[in-house]
Amino acid sequence: MPNYHGLFVILSSLLPCIIFLIVFISIDGFIKGVIIQNHLPNSLILLGREEVDFSVSILRNNIHNLQSILSLEILSTDSANSLYNYYFFYRAGFLTLIICITTFLAYLAGKKLNVRFDARRNVEKILKFIFFVFSIVAVLTTFGIILSLIFETVRFFSQVSFSEFLFGIHWSPQTAIREGQVGSSGSFGAIPIFTGTLLITAISMLIAVPLGLYSAIYLSQYARPKVRNYFKPILEILAGIPTVVYGFFAALSVGPFIRSTGESLGLTVSTESALAAGLVMGIMIIPYVSSLSDDVMTAVPESLRDGSLALGATKSETIRKVIFPAALPGIVGAILLAISRAIGETMIVVMAAGLAANLTANPLSAVTTVTVQIVTLLVGDQEFDSPKTLAAFALGLVLFFITLVLNILAMVTVRKYRERYE
Amino acid sequence: MVDGTENDIKPNGNYSSDNNLLIDCKNVDVFYGDKQALYNVSLGINEKEVTSLIGPSGCGKSTFLRCLNRMNDVIDSCSISGNITINGEDIYNPNIDVVELRSRIGMVFQKPNPFPKSVFDNVAYGPRLHGKIADKDEMSHKVEASLVRAGLWDEIKDRLNEPGTSLSGGQQQRLCIARAIAVDPEIILMDEPCSALDPIATAKIEELIDELKTNYTIVIVTHSMQQAARVSQRTAFFHLGNLIEVGDTENIFRSPENEQTEAYVTGRYG
Repeated sequence: MPNYHGLFVILSSLLPCIIFLIVFISIDGFIKGVIIQNHLPNSLILLGREEVDFSVSILRNNIHNLQSILSLEILSTDSANSLYNYYFFYRAGFLTLIICITTFLAYLAGKKLNVRFDARRNVEKILKFIFFVFSIVAVLTTFGIILSLIFETVRFFSQVSFSEFLFGIHWSPQTAIREGQVGSSGSFGAIPIFTGTLLITAISMLIAVPLGLYSAIYLSQYARPKVRNYFKPILEILAGIPTVVYGFFAALSVGPFIRSTGESLGLTVSTESALAAGLVMGIMIIPYVSSLSDDVMTAVPESLRDGSLALGATKSETIRKVIFPAALPGIVGAILLAISRAIGETMIVVMAAGLAANLTANPLSAVTTVTVQIVTLLVGDQEFDSPKTLAAFALGLVLFFITLVLNILAMVTVRKYRERYE
Repeated sequence: MVDGTENDIKPNGNYSSDNNLLIDCKNVDVFYGDKQALYNVSLGINEKEVTSLIGPSGCGKSTFLRCLNRMNDVIDSCSISGNITINGEDIYNPNIDVVELRSRIGMVFQKPNPFPKSVFDNVAYGPRLHGKIADKDEMSHKVEASLVRAGLWDEIKDRLNEPGTSLSGGQQQRLCIARAIAVDPEIILMDEPCSALDPIATAKIEELIDELKTNYTIVIVTHSMQQAARVSQRTAFFHLGNLIEVGDTENIFRSPENEQTEAYVTGRYG
């Protein structure tokens, strides 16, 4: 197997090379910092930690070019030269080392090859390792995201009390960037935005559940196969439309329509309303409900349907009394998934429901949701450690937790349902 | 097609029963799309007797059974011609109420198919559906009576609230029979009711069929010739969509008139 012998040499030399390169890239920033700190003049260090950090960070970005190090005028010409050379040699040295190791490994691997060497099985082992590493990357990333959410949230709660966040009814996250700025109180009562999320989710489910469920019943029980083959994909296209398209549909068509209708009935309606966002989001979520419900209802064994029909039940009686109850756990799972989708939806709400954190249950007024607030908190200029920015992480963690619980519930109910007929 | 078979059929011939003809089928053809499943079948079924339909797999016996309560309507591609009457009433008359028809004809399927509901609700399903019984006590009597008739009451009288699916296979099948009886049908159709059961459960069901024939007309499809011989008074042999021979069970198994029937019942093919 000459192919496998070649592959074995390539894998066993290039793989460590790639690993070393990754190591190099990830410790590069740290090394730069250490080198730069050693070159900073004492006068600067005396100015305090913030000045040092600032100088290090701008020097780090300019370290590749001697001219730009000099133009920063932080270091003397001598130390600038020395810094540039240090880093240049460090980098060149490290890369040379990698090349040497790679060549050496290739040599070792080549020496290992002979007629009796089982390259095929060794390649298999290496490939297994590669696949393992890739799967680990996905898992570690997930943990990384959760951990960063948790750490930033802990920082947030060191500045804002836990009870204020969870039970406060006033949300206005603007904090002062400068001392004594007007309107800089900054309060972080998250109740209004959670009720806003709840309101919009509720409206969208009021649309999506009946529409999705009834179309699923039609498609799985009544429609001829031909009709089903056309209808199902068309319905599923709804899930493929970019949410930003739904967003401007909600903001430009549905919102004004609701407003003018409401006004002709003598109601005050704001152009940006929970109703507009909820309605359009409901339409978007229909396929989440219908597709999965359709699947679980189709999966109800034919024998149950026949059993009911043979007892003299009509088709709708059979659906209501046998198929629907049998499929209910799966349908509940579908609805839970749809809810977590609705809670996580951002774009439609940004465009159609507004930004005002009103504590209200009136679907005709503007409300805001958790996701929208996260977006507004992080857009634009701000300090990274202000409570305003950190609040986004706290909101994100709560959101993550809610959708996680919903997804687990959905998974458990769907699985329970599966066990039943096997 | 088997040559010359049609001439050999004596649809209602040589049986020695005093019972009346209840179901009369004449020249029934069934198609699934372009494929013909039954060829010109004519068969009479007597009241309060067990008629068994035997034959190799795919011979059309289940298809024929499903014609009798119009369960083939569920299949889109299925079309039926010919004439089937029950008590002289044409069941394929467009004016007939299929739902009402099915409530007069119970059906028991190959695989036990209790609904994912309690034992009680399974039996009460039919009566509730047809609104025959409004009173709660009366309903429990009905459920009890049906379970007693299906020979299941003593085994599960304390388990009425457990799901029907938690019973054993044989119990499930008897529950399905109880469910069918609860609607007070005239006829019970059974499509290989014992094929998923062990011999002991099968023996119980066969015993039950024997008892039920005093009140009901039973048509049973079976793969087991011993079963046909044990439970039925009349036997019809199907092959490749044709009704080859029908007659008293004893005659069919002892001295069949047709060579194919003889070959099948003696186990030489099929």
